[in-house]
Amino acid sequence: MIVDLKKLRFGTELLKRGFAKMQKGGVIMDVTTAEQAQIAEDAGAVAVMALHKVPADIRAAGGVARMADPRIIQEIMDSVTIPVMAKVRIGHFAEAQILEALGVDMIDESEVLTPADEMYHINKREFKVPFVCGARNLGEALRRIDEGAAMIRTKGEAGTGNVAEAVRHMRIIMGAIRELKGKSEEELKLYARKIEAPYELVFETAELQRLPVVNFAAGGIATPADASLMMQLGADGVFVGSGIFKSEDPERMARAIVEAVNYYDDPTTLAEISKGLGEPMKGIDIRTLEEHEKLQTRGV
Amino acid sequence: MRISVVGVQGDVEEHVLATRKAMESAGYSGEVIPVRQKGIVSESDGVIIPGGESTTISKLIFREGIADEIIESAESGVPVMGTCAGLITLAKHGDDEVEKTGQKLLGLMDTWVKRNAFGRQRESFEVELDIKGIGRYNAVFIRAPAILKVGKGVDVVAKLNDYIVGAVQKNLLAFAFHPELTDDIRIHRLFLDMAKR
Repeated sequence: MIVDLKKLRFGTELLKRGFAKMQKGGVIMDVTTAEQAQIAEDAGAVAVMALHKVPADIRAAGGVARMADPRIIQEIMDSVTIPVMAKVRIGHFAEAQILEALGVDMIDESEVLTPADEMYHINKREFKVPFVCGARNLGEALRRIDEGAAMIRTKGEAGTGNVAEAVRHMRIIMGAIRELKGKSEEELKLYARKIEAPYELVFETAELQRLPVVNFAAGGIATPADASLMMQLGADGVFVGSGIFKSEDPERMARAIVEAVNYYDDPTTLAEISKGLGEPMKGIDIRTLEEHEKLQTRGV
Repeated sequence: MRISVVGVQGDVEEHVLATRKAMESAGYSGEVIPVRQKGIVSESDGVIIPGGESTTISKLIFREGIADEIIESAESGVPVMGTCAGLITLAKHGDDEVEKTGQKLLGLMDTWVKRNAFGRQRESFEVELDIKGIGRYNAVFIRAPAILKVGKGVDVVAKLNDYIVGAVQKNLLAFAFHPELTDDIRIHRLFLDMAKR
């Protein structure tokens, strides 16, 4: 069949959300070089997040964190066959335009970088490339979806190797969705006003009993057990940031976390997977962080 | 009837729901099971390999032994349908990307496949296709593969210009797009009718 190429429809909501759905049950790994990207692909990652520095190093370096050098991103895109994602600052639609032009497969509008706009997130509906955004609660998640996000991830507390905040955010979101069950139309409207989210999305979430888009865990996942924990709490998949390449043996850790997501509900196999992986990343106790050092409070 | 959806990675839930819906509309009774471990595929009347990342899916099904069960079932005549990543996994002949990543294929369909044939996500598209036996169909292509050529015994059922995007080889079906992402259940229905026989 000869199809007029002008009849192809690009960048539709179905294509954006569909792309995110293809990532389900997978592990998306932060990488800073082509070599690391190869290791991630060999381990079975479903995608990589191309970065200038992993979050732990961004945290340590301080200063303003920005979009990575497009040359690094391009090198990573050229080195693997799986999708490549990259981060932009919250509200920085020019960085997003650049990444779209470069051809990245998904953009993470991320609190890990220093926000560029204290008032607005990017209007993601104007782009053909799909976006993922962080959220700590249902209100944040639905506002991001309203702006056009095709995928949500917990914010957690990136670069800490401490899963506690990701757990908190996933429990809050899942708990809120369960609470919507059985609410009347009036109650859902009131709830929508309370959490500052569009009523239609609150209604849809109540009906589906899940977020209308894919929901991953991110921010502090460092071991196979952490990945299993997040999957058991209802995550559709996991992002691992510093947890792989800040561990003693990244190749083994990467492979183990991929397997752990598949066997998340099988403790016997998880025990085998978790044996002798070497030291995971050292990590930070969240309680030792000052409020201004927390990344999760950026972009609500 | 019992249908297994290979559930190690990808849009498994979407296939499970589409298959259940198709079962209901056909009036067939049965169950649809997402499969992450071995032992279930062998007991099924039909197997679906979903979309996702084919490198990841391949690693996990071969590591877990699900791959051998799919091959055995397919060879005994049980219908197996692969969509997108599943189309790649079913194939006998991979491209340079398959080779470079050391990706193992099930080697069941006499097809030559090309991964990411249309490009990256920004080149993903929806289009109205004509599918043999189905008719006009809104097809969703996401970083989709394509079939470049087929051997004898493979029936081409959908084409998009030079690329083959739908093929049938006896009890095996492969589509480059995602029938599980729309409300149109005709392809799942076709698959179930094969499983019923």
